[in-house]
Amino acid sequence: MKATAWMGADSVKVVDVPDPKIMNARDAIVRISTTAICGSDLHLYHGYIPAMRKGDILGHEFMGEVVEVGPQVRNLKPGDRVVVPFPIACGHCSSCQRGLYSVCENSNPNAGIAEKIMGHSPAGIFGYSHLLGGYAGGQAEYARVPFADIGPVKVPDEISDDQAVMLADVFPTGYMGAEMCDIKPGQVIAVWGAGPVGLLAAASARLLGAERVIVIDRFPYRLRLAEEHIDAETINYEEADVLDTLNEMTAGRGPDACIDAVGLEGHHGNAAMYAYDRAKQVARVETERPFALRQAILACRSGGVVSVVGAYGGFVDKFPMGAFMNRSLIMRTGQCHVQRYTRPLLERIQRGEIDPSFIVSHRMPLRDAPKGYKIFQKKQDDCTKVLLKV
Amino acid sequence: MSHVDAVLLPELDGPVPATLPSALGLLSLALGVGALVAPRPIARLTGVDDSPVARAVLPAIGLRELGSAAGLLSGRRPAGWAWSRVAGDAMDLTLLGRALADRGGERRHRVALTTLAIAGITAVDVLAAVRVGRARRARARVIRMQIAVTVNRSPAEAYRFWRDMENLPRFMAHLESVRADDLRRSHWIARGPAGHRVEWDAEIIDDQPNKSITWRSLPGTRVPNAGRVRFVPAPGDRGTEVRVELRYAPPAGALGRVVAKLFGEEPEQQVRDDLRRFKQVLETGEVVRSEGSPNGISVRQQAMQRPAQPLPASRR
Repeated sequence: MKATAWMGADSVKVVDVPDPKIMNARDAIVRISTTAICGSDLHLYHGYIPAMRKGDILGHEFMGEVVEVGPQVRNLKPGDRVVVPFPIACGHCSSCQRGLYSVCENSNPNAGIAEKIMGHSPAGIFGYSHLLGGYAGGQAEYARVPFADIGPVKVPDEISDDQAVMLADVFPTGYMGAEMCDIKPGQVIAVWGAGPVGLLAAASARLLGAERVIVIDRFPYRLRLAEEHIDAETINYEEADVLDTLNEMTAGRGPDACIDAVGLEGHHGNAAMYAYDRAKQVARVETERPFALRQAILACRSGGVVSVVGAYGGFVDKFPMGAFMNRSLIMRTGQCHVQRYTRPLLERIQRGEIDPSFIVSHRMPLRDAPKGYKIFQKKQDDCTKVLLKV
Repeated sequence: MSHVDAVLLPELDGPVPATLPSALGLLSLALGVGALVAPRPIARLTGVDDSPVARAVLPAIGLRELGSAAGLLSGRRPAGWAWSRVAGDAMDLTLLGRALADRGGERRHRVALTTLAIAGITAVDVLAAVRVGRARRARARVIRMQIAVTVNRSPAEAYRFWRDMENLPRFMAHLESVRADDLRRSHWIARGPAGHRVEWDAEIIDDQPNKSITWRSLPGTRVPNAGRVRFVPAPGDRGTEVRVELRYAPPAGALGRVVAKLFGEEPEQQVRDDLRRFKQVLETGEVVRSEGSPNGISVRQQAMQRPAQPLPASRR
């Protein structure tokens, strides 16, 4: 089959590899119809995530048709159209049973390495480094889906591929980002990052009853999406001072909750500040550029929530702990527990409450994956989300 | 751990066997007391009664012997004290050599006999020192581990799975097979590098249903080993804390190297991985595999991951 493989920093190729086969009794094989490039795939693309190997198949957002199931999978049969959550979760460990699917205790065969870096191991993730399991990803013609009796959700015919594939990651992730804010009537929610997750977090904040939603980014075309589809207010941080503007907008209170949908590769309006963390990142004394996180903490209303759904992999410097502690802030975070959200969010799409596919800017065949990575990385052609059609 | 230590491996527990060092200690005591209390008869017996220097040196040698005796009989650092005796022997032999050169007749005969006797004792001392040192190093090689995992299953379920010893190779990576001979005894075969196998028989010596299982290898095994697993209800209704205590004594030499490879450079990590697999098998039904780790959890595999893409048909 054809598959998109990581070939080193800033290099992906569509290569021929063997077809996947059932390896565990609870596996299914899915013939992929639509798969997406995620912002977090760019972290891999740029080489910021450790434990990648040349030839690793990328992709953790995919959907398609079940073509084969293992002997222990009874809820699916060949022919079913499913979307697959990006965290691999067994459904039977304590974490899964508490709904914390992205910290499944069994799905990372390389838990030993992850423990050395993170203390305890999170779940395995499709196509997301050997640190997180060494699973082949879904930017391919076929994928093996472990624990197929737990993760995949059947998609009704009236839901399009473009809508359904949003349920693999970005919509649940954005939604969880908003849900962690514990939004009450009248509240103002600020979102850093107007990529797919940030936009869907902003949209979800609306669904969950936020009074005002403010989106912060530097790309006018992305901010325009926030204004047009979510009726959000926007701040371009290259044009305005974010903290001053937020204080002005909230009459000095600060947003009630701040969502970091940027993660480890942030940018900063001040060239010197950007250069400081970029240099440390290059020298490997810091793995992240946490501008959004620092700013979200400083901006947040005292006693408010900082919700982090942007991806981090290692260590941040200059964490404003003084502000965080003295102002009684709450931080909530996590890789999305997608399995918890797929069905309820599918129902919201069915009821017409939201169409998450408004973020999709590009659709192209799988063989063009390298081009998709390039334009997404360079933000060319007003790129927000690239879908690969198989 | 101390409990397992005491019960499980008598051949490796308790103090280093000290019969020979104690006997040598008694010999030192006798010689020391003799040299101090009756230097003249001793000088006469050994043929050096004609030398005023010898009469002065004898009590000093007696004191030295008493020191060795105290050390050896105390039972602490027996190897060190045994070597102190060897050093004393060397000194005595040197003195006797000089005495032999100066003397003739009956005295020369007695000095020669004494030299012979001391040489014999020296041989025994060297033997004791080497043996005690070896035993001490064997004990130092014993590897002890305590590792635990929380499994989301009841103590009864976890116990039942482990109690069927033939299940052990399903999660203990280094085992090829375990055959239960009867309810207590079993035959274990471990996989080593380059086709080496290590086999042993084991017995369950304590079995408390749903609580704990304790086993040890039968005497005569080349790799003595023992273990205990306890199944403790995890607080907050979170299943079972599976607490494993293990110890084994890899032999020196070639077999030792095989055993060392069997357990890798990080034996604790291996056992931790075994328990992770135990948890996977109990909670999910089997060992979880990925394309990068097609055989599931393994330290060795983590170091040498294959790319995360489907296996070629030849590897399935």
